[in-house]
Amino acid sequence: MSRIAEAFSARECPAFIGFMVAGDPDPDAAVRIALTLIDAGVDILELGIPFSDPGADGPTIERAHERALRAGTTPDRVFGMVRAIRSHSNVPIVLFTYYNPVYRRGVERFFAEAADAGADGVLVVDLPIEEAEPLARPAARTGIDRIFLIAPTTSEERRKRILDAASGFVYLISLEGVTGAREYLPAGIAASIRSLQRLSSLPVAVGFGISKPEHVRALCTAGADAVVVGSAITQVIEEHMGDKEAIVREVHAYVSGLCAARRRDQDAGGCDGEEGRVPG
Amino acid sequence: MREGRYGDFGGQYVPETLMGALIELEEAYGELQEDDAFRERLSWYLREYAGRETPLTYCEHISRDLGCRVYLKREDLLHGGAHKLNNTLGQALMAKFMGKRRLIAETGAGQHGVATAIAGAVLGLPVDVYMGEVDTRRQQLNVFRMELMGARVIPVRTGSRTLKDAVNEAMRDWVANARETHYLLGSAVGPHPFPRIVRDFQSVIGEETKRQILEREGRLPDTVVACVGGGSNAIGIFAPFLRDGVSLVGVEAGGEGIDTRRTGASLCAGSKGVFQGALSYLLQDEDGQVMETHSVAAGLDYPAVGPEHALLRESGAVRYVSVTDREALDAFRYLSRREGIIPALESAHAVAHALCAADDLDADGIMVINLSGRGDKDVADVARMQGALA
Repeated sequence: MSRIAEAFSARECPAFIGFMVAGDPDPDAAVRIALTLIDAGVDILELGIPFSDPGADGPTIERAHERALRAGTTPDRVFGMVRAIRSHSNVPIVLFTYYNPVYRRGVERFFAEAADAGADGVLVVDLPIEEAEPLARPAARTGIDRIFLIAPTTSEERRKRILDAASGFVYLISLEGVTGAREYLPAGIAASIRSLQRLSSLPVAVGFGISKPEHVRALCTAGADAVVVGSAITQVIEEHMGDKEAIVREVHAYVSGLCAARRRDQDAGGCDGEEGRVPG
Repeated sequence: MREGRYGDFGGQYVPETLMGALIELEEAYGELQEDDAFRERLSWYLREYAGRETPLTYCEHISRDLGCRVYLKREDLLHGGAHKLNNTLGQALMAKFMGKRRLIAETGAGQHGVATAIAGAVLGLPVDVYMGEVDTRRQQLNVFRMELMGARVIPVRTGSRTLKDAVNEAMRDWVANARETHYLLGSAVGPHPFPRIVRDFQSVIGEETKRQILEREGRLPDTVVACVGGGSNAIGIFAPFLRDGVSLVGVEAGGEGIDTRRTGASLCAGSKGVFQGALSYLLQDEDGQVMETHSVAAGLDYPAVGPEHALLRESGAVRYVSVTDREALDAFRYLSRREGIIPALESAHAVAHALCAADDLDADGIMVINLSGRGDKDVADVARMQGALA
């Protein structure tokens, strides 16, 4: 069983997927922060490969890309970080990247190096199913899962195509827009999750806009197999820029809190039973 | 060839969140191409409002200087002062037919922003224009023009704060608001179907040129020259000539030289890459990070180029060259002095190349230069540069 499949097997509660930009604020600190995320309870780590033009991201994550690039983060160094994290932990690692760094390197080489470093999945954010064919063979050959996004605007027919090609899990975007923390989750998310779960056996991870314990609780209730938090973690990093000890401490506290929100619900018996309200 | 591909180039390299909007746009565009009411309305606006057709001016003095017959296609005389309005009227009318209630656009030099503001005002659609903060400073007059026509100009403070960052911001807005909003992309770049839509709306330049030159000279030109940033004016004038054996030349912004890092010549100095929705040629580093570009002409200051140009370069159907800032500035002054026409600094790149390309033509040779815009917007900048040089 792959590390990603294992992370989803026999779970009572949704898995917690934590995202950060690899190299934010610099490559060495980023490894420490990644290990902190894992220590705080992250079940799957998503590492963003910094790119000069992260058009799918909101301002918080875009600034993280800029910081990482200024600190000299390259794809080579990201693979180095994966290796460093892997030497301490077995947590599955998904690389979240824009296509140009992959294309420039060569898709075959990128997947071979990612697998060699210990990555488990690749999500290319600007590669919709129509353009994703070049990834199929390199992914199959290296055993790396291909993670795809599904948006609220994705048609039923395209959802099926995406689910056919996807492996590991599928990433349901909760709202129309770019990444970034939001006050409320959209209504109707539970129905979207259920319809994807009916179409395939792949776990459904829900992301974009999630920042609060009550969001996490609501998604538990809505039946998500995983929740993804990215911008909110990045914001904690940004708020404590210049004090690495504080970053580690605050990231740990924040992520532990979100993970506990999930467990508290379970203690209350509400993880997959009790009716909960999705804010907004 | 797959729909939306130009050889290997083009495609739809966008986040899943944009696919719904692109598919809707593609379907709507397919239907509107067959819609007589749409086509009639558009041709009315182009004729009665924008001032088409634009003249094809025979230039006596340049012809004498260069020893061949030189014509300028006068897109500088189109309402708004540049070719951009061909596309913005087309797309804004499309948005209207699609039931969209708001337009957004990116702009570099400000010409596309102005043209979008014009189209929005006349068609009654509110307009938000994203513009790099650096560009809002170097093109203050255009910011004011847009605001006069009721558009809101939103300065972009991310990345290099220029055109590419304005495109990123406009895309982000579109991702979040696609149901109500049409993204009026200004050049023949971006994901399918934009390169095709923009090419089609700009092809009116080449169609008129062909008709006009046949009336005047009884034959096709030997050479057609146009500047290339994203490449919309160039593809517009080239497209109708692609199968005619006419020598077509696209002129990129060499900046301070294509062997320096301060250039905008993606076809001459770049490599294949995926950027802002399309596979094309791109100025990038070895890791695929997009480089900051430079040109004296803000409208050519862009690290990529339309995917159809990438194919035309590979197939050899069009020859792409570059001229430097200095050569473009010389041509800017030359055309002003010799013909009393102040070209946009972008268009001055095409003029600059024409000045040396004429050697290949004899006295009966015919050259058409696409004068894609007028230079009023650049006059203050050039005056400042001359002051700095003096």
